[in-house]
Amino acid sequence: MEMAAVKDSAILESGTERTLYPYVTGTSVIGMKYKDGVILAADMGGSYGSTLRYKSVERIKHIGKHSLLGASGEISDFQEILRYLDELILYDNMWDDGNSLGPKEVHNYLTRVMYNRRNKFNPLWNSLVLGGVKNGQKYLGMVGMIGTHFEDNHVATGFGNHLARPILRAEWREDISFEEAVKLLEKCLLVLLYRDRSAINKFQIAKITDEGVTISQPYALKTNWGFSAFQNPSKGAEGSW
Amino acid sequence: MDIDLSAPHSMGTTIIGVTYNGGVVLGADSRTSTGMYVANRASDKITQLTDNVYICRSGSAADSQVISDYVRYFLHQHTIQLGQPATVKVAANLVRLLSYQNKNMLQMGVIVGGWDKYEGGQIYSVPLGGTILKQPFAIGGSGSTYLYGFFDQAWKEGMSKDEAEVCKMLIFVPDICSVNMFWQKILFLCYHTITSQIMSYVLSRWQLL
Repeated sequence: MEMAAVKDSAILESGTERTLYPYVTGTSVIGMKYKDGVILAADMGGSYGSTLRYKSVERIKHIGKHSLLGASGEISDFQEILRYLDELILYDNMWDDGNSLGPKEVHNYLTRVMYNRRNKFNPLWNSLVLGGVKNGQKYLGMVGMIGTHFEDNHVATGFGNHLARPILRAEWREDISFEEAVKLLEKCLLVLLYRDRSAINKFQIAKITDEGVTISQPYALKTNWGFSAFQNPSKGAEGSW
Repeated sequence: MDIDLSAPHSMGTTIIGVTYNGGVVLGADSRTSTGMYVANRASDKITQLTDNVYICRSGSAADSQVISDYVRYFLHQHTIQLGQPATVKVAANLVRLLSYQNKNMLQMGVIVGGWDKYEGGQIYSVPLGGTILKQPFAIGGSGSTYLYGFFDQAWKEGMSKDEAEVCKMLIFVPDICSVNMFWQKILFLCYHTITSQIMSYVLSRWQLL
């Protein structure tokens, strides 16, 4: 009797709206501060379950003059977040007071949005990386789908947390140059490409400095498959079946 | 034999949208199934939204039909207010809006294709969840799984000075999706002409069996 009552109320509750599971998803985003600003990287894949359905999804976008946003998770929710931010930046511009929202403010706004949605049991199914530079001050933060947020010198989402962050912890320095930062990111991206099933070999690297935003053209990394075991595949099992 | 006649009508579909030099080409098969039973073997999965924008529907037949009806209604009013034909982008975004805001209740993946004077021929994919992605070509529906490999190697940017080349590519599609391609409609949308051709080629092939 007790069980039936609980089940009934659960069914009644599920009449309300909630995002139950993601459909089209992006995988890891990694980011770090470097000497002149902040640099972000992500691949361009949009997975549909285990199928790699879309191969040209831009998961890093610039927000206003001072920020970059990278997202993993449900792409439709990311697109909705971009619309919210569009409106936020628009209203900010309309004040026309010479001031503009910096990365810290945008990060805070996103945190509030994500946390409030989580409280309504209808999360935006994303992990967001927000990086930017304003008046020479570098900023890099992360927000998750339950509203967990923090700032750090280097961040990653999803698989990147497990595979990329240890590398970044070991090799990141405060005054790392742009070229070294790209090399370090590519090192992380390569590991992710090898070990993350939903990663694809098509990346974009975005950088933001006081001068502005640059998002690179998509490019691929060189992978190594030259193992001795692949040299003579039929060694030990000559002939066909 | 057990046939679940109360199973929701799903489309078990293959839908395709391709941009080419002159505009866009849309294609779809014609089978609607309820579980194992073929409820309709002559369905029209390419639906008109405006004079210049069409939508290929897959997933739940009811959901995609009602969304198409709403979007046609909104676009009609929008066209009157705007005073000129709606753009493909607006049409696709209306579909996305309804898809996204009702994502818990809807089960449909669509391809919106059309032609407008600003951007020419465009194809927008709106899969489950309400993501919107502009693509040079798009495939959808459960039958599309067989086509990923084919399109990956056959597709080229800026294809064909005439429709023949695109058509040639699409002719191979029924060979690949041989299960469902009993009847295929191909719709051409380009500047000046909107021609709809039933693929008699496909029809005659199956009649040989």
